[in-house]
Amino acid sequence: MFRTLLMMVMLFISAGIASAQDIEMADQFRADGKIYVVIGVILLLLIGLFIYLFRIERKVKKLEK
Amino acid sequence: MKYLIRTSWWKWLAISLLIYTVIGGLLFSVPRLPILNETIRVLHFHVPMWFGMIFLFTASFIQAIKHLKSGSMESDLISVQLAEVGLFFGMLGLLTGMLWANFTWGSPWSGDPKQNSAAISMLIYLAYFVLRGSISDEQMRGRISAVYNIFAFAALIPLLFILPRLADSLHPGNGGNPGFNTYDLDSRLRLVFYPAVLGWTLFGFWIATVKIRMSRIKKIREDV
Repeated sequence: MFRTLLMMVMLFISAGIASAQDIEMADQFRADGKIYVVIGVILLLLIGLFIYLFRIERKVKKLEK
Repeated sequence: MKYLIRTSWWKWLAISLLIYTVIGGLLFSVPRLPILNETIRVLHFHVPMWFGMIFLFTASFIQAIKHLKSGSMESDLISVQLAEVGLFFGMLGLLTGMLWANFTWGSPWSGDPKQNSAAISMLIYLAYFVLRGSISDEQMRGRISAVYNIFAFAALIPLLFILPRLADSLHPGNGGNPGFNTYDLDSRLRLVFYPAVLGWTLFGFWIATVKIRMSRIKKIREDV
């Protein structure tokens, strides 16, 4: 009885792991290292935006005086 | 608000949190979920828009009350700018949500309770600016729009937090369940999600402070 129960629990667990692994993710894309390109592009964009905002702020400061 | 305008440490915090969000949000491991797949990462960008909007609208609401209490035009000016940035964040939230929904729920608009009530609250806040534009007297404009702001905020809370939970929704954490329980939000996601919320919110306030300073200059020029 205990054995069959254990077997069933093990089966469920392994089925759970298998189904999680089956779900398609961008694993190959990551393995190729192309994700760093995406991150690089977004970071450049974001930092450009920050610099732009700082520049606007500096102009506003000048106008305040 | 005045403290935020004077200091800048929180701007650097916003910058570092957002850089962390992009790197961590795209690189860290996420739960493997059906349908959502890799798009679960949108969580760090779409949901913080709504959090940012809520915080900005809350600040705008507080300034509206301050204006009604003291009649200070400064509070009125701050309140408007905060509401503007809040509305902008909300619009971005709607657009990003529609794009995400198109690939996960099958269509950009599925009449989901939360989608509908978010759209309604956007319209309510849009009307705030229409109302302001229609009154030329400065004192009256400030007073009436501050009252409207309070009502708009009072409508926002049930629209976003209560009504969608009473109905079945495609959004997680609805249909009777409290949002963001252990089932919905994996601890790996939390690691990026909370910093992302703080980072985007601070970024919103940063834009708002610049806008406040600009409109102050504009007001002085008009008065002269």
